[in-house]
Amino acid sequence: MAELLFWPALLLYGEAAVGYFGDVRRPGRAGRVATWAVRLGWLAQTALLAVQAAQDDGFPWGTWAGSLQLFVWLVVTAYLIWGCRRPYRVLGLVVMPLAVLLLAVARAGGGTGIGSANHYSNLFLVVHVGLVLAGFAGFTLAAALSALYLWQDGRLKTRPATILRRQVPPLATLDSLALRTVEWSVPLLTLGVVVGLVRLVARDDRVDALIAATAVTWLVWCGYLGLRLFAGWAGRRAAYVALAGFALVVVVRLALPATHFA
Amino acid sequence: MIRLVLVGTSHHHAPIELREQVALGREDAEALAARLAAGGREAVCLSTCNRTELYIAAEDADQAEQDAVAALATLGPEVEPALYRLQDRAAAHHLFRVAAGLDSLVPGEGEILGQVRVAHELGATGPLLDRVFRQALHAGRKVRAQTAIGESPASVSAAAAALAEQVFGSLEGRSILLLGAGKVSEQAARNLRSRGAEIALVANSKTEREPIEDQLATVDVVIASTTAPGLVLEADTVAEALRGRRGRRLLLVDLAVPRDLDPEIAELDGCYLYDIDDLEQIVAETLSGRRREADRAEGIVAAEAEKFHEWHASLDVLPAITSLRARAEEIREAELQKAESLLGRLDDSQRSAVEAVTAQIVNKLLHLPTVRMKQAAVAADGVLYAQTVRYLFGLGEEER
Repeated sequence: MAELLFWPALLLYGEAAVGYFGDVRRPGRAGRVATWAVRLGWLAQTALLAVQAAQDDGFPWGTWAGSLQLFVWLVVTAYLIWGCRRPYRVLGLVVMPLAVLLLAVARAGGGTGIGSANHYSNLFLVVHVGLVLAGFAGFTLAAALSALYLWQDGRLKTRPATILRRQVPPLATLDSLALRTVEWSVPLLTLGVVVGLVRLVARDDRVDALIAATAVTWLVWCGYLGLRLFAGWAGRRAAYVALAGFALVVVVRLALPATHFA
Repeated sequence: MIRLVLVGTSHHHAPIELREQVALGREDAEALAARLAAGGREAVCLSTCNRTELYIAAEDADQAEQDAVAALATLGPEVEPALYRLQDRAAAHHLFRVAAGLDSLVPGEGEILGQVRVAHELGATGPLLDRVFRQALHAGRKVRAQTAIGESPASVSAAAAALAEQVFGSLEGRSILLLGAGKVSEQAARNLRSRGAEIALVANSKTEREPIEDQLATVDVVIASTTAPGLVLEADTVAEALRGRRGRRLLLVDLAVPRDLDPEIAELDGCYLYDIDDLEQIVAETLSGRRREADRAEGIVAAEAEKFHEWHASLDVLPAITSLRARAEEIREAELQKAESLLGRLDDSQRSAVEAVTAQIVNKLLHLPTVRMKQAAVAADGVLYAQTVRYLFGLGEEER
């Protein structure tokens, strides 16, 4: 059953990614089709997660592949909040190819099975994994907004005659949305990390590479907030910091979890 | 015959760097027209940010063209390869298209009609240029009245406001620094104000630097359109102001020709600089719908140009027609005079009837030759017909 839901989700996300590229070339129908593909793909993936939850008597995403799938779902959910609105459609250019890639990697890294029984409690997994992944999903969206900011900033700088043809959110809106997203995401990550650290200390476990990298990621995003709120950073400089923070999120999500889930 | 000569350059042929060399203010345009009109010629100088065109009416078209080219080459030595040269029918058709906004980057834009009217008023006009400019203004108004070419909101000022929204989103509470108070910048400011922005300061090139530099640290939009011959705002000044802005974006719109704002400003982080060429290209791109209406407008302009051509061509045969009619009237009056002994017995009403009948006979006899001569003039045979009529009726012989 899970397999039957995985492929529609992946294909629909893929169709959305292609559609958004088509929308950039010729705005209109391709963009609308892409948005519907995201919605349907999200429904398929939600059903997939529900099936996985039903198959397991608890929290089935404690594995690396499972958590990656949940991460993709959170990213697409966050995207759908704005992505349905026409000016924000263009965010799909960044978000949907990433969703397709991560979902494919999750499939290659562990399939759609729920894995072996986990020795962590359900409450801990929901709080720790859920909050950390929600924080990372927020950072991903903030990075997408920042990438869109840099793209639109570049267009406004180069002054093409077509600058008014495509509906893109204003620079100020992209900038403030990225900030607001990070303002929500940092507390989520902080809480998730604290819960993990409490358990780490209680069980006298050692700090692994993932924990260290997550701490660095947390510091970078805290730095982003500090620079924006107290040093007056905005625009391109802030967007570059967000992309640097996102690079760390990618490393944490893809490169290092093998040690943490081992 | 008086010929119509046009020499000029426009955004189609010359970039802003060349156009700003030959761009003239009102006084300079008036003086140039007066200079070119010396020796019994007529001249009008139409100079806008998109074009500088010299219209001359003269007997010697080649000499007039050379003089016009020389006048523009004096203003901008590099402009000569970008000049176009048109005469008579083509020149008039071009002017009609210009007045109708069909030659503008934004098809149907209305500002050019006012600029043509001002050029006409400031020019050294005579019968030919007065006629062609009046007819051009008529064609421009007719196009705007009978087509939808000017209906969609499309102007440089609207493009500036749309760009401001691309940068800032809502313009509510955003502040504007106006450098220069030209018509175009006023329109741009009005457009921004209608969307909630406020004017912080109106300055000109003579305003002291300090208040301008102070405002640069706080405003969101700068609109420049002074008539200053050089840069009004250098990149260094803006870079200095950016330090106090804490990353806030600044949109700068340069509507002046020559440019007021240093092009290097575009390289500064957080600054978005658009000059008149950028804005006009943006507007042109967004107005593909107007181009459909432009086809209808072209038809109206072509018909008006044809009317002018008929009138202009009739100038070839007009003296012959006038002489022929005068000769016929002379004969009629002479014959009535000869019959005075008989006509003297008639009462006033009977005498009026005889006057009317004889005048009608003359008119009916001359009507067809008059029409045919005008038709021949349009077909370029006018001079031949005029000579034939002069020969057949002995026109002008009595003067020798």
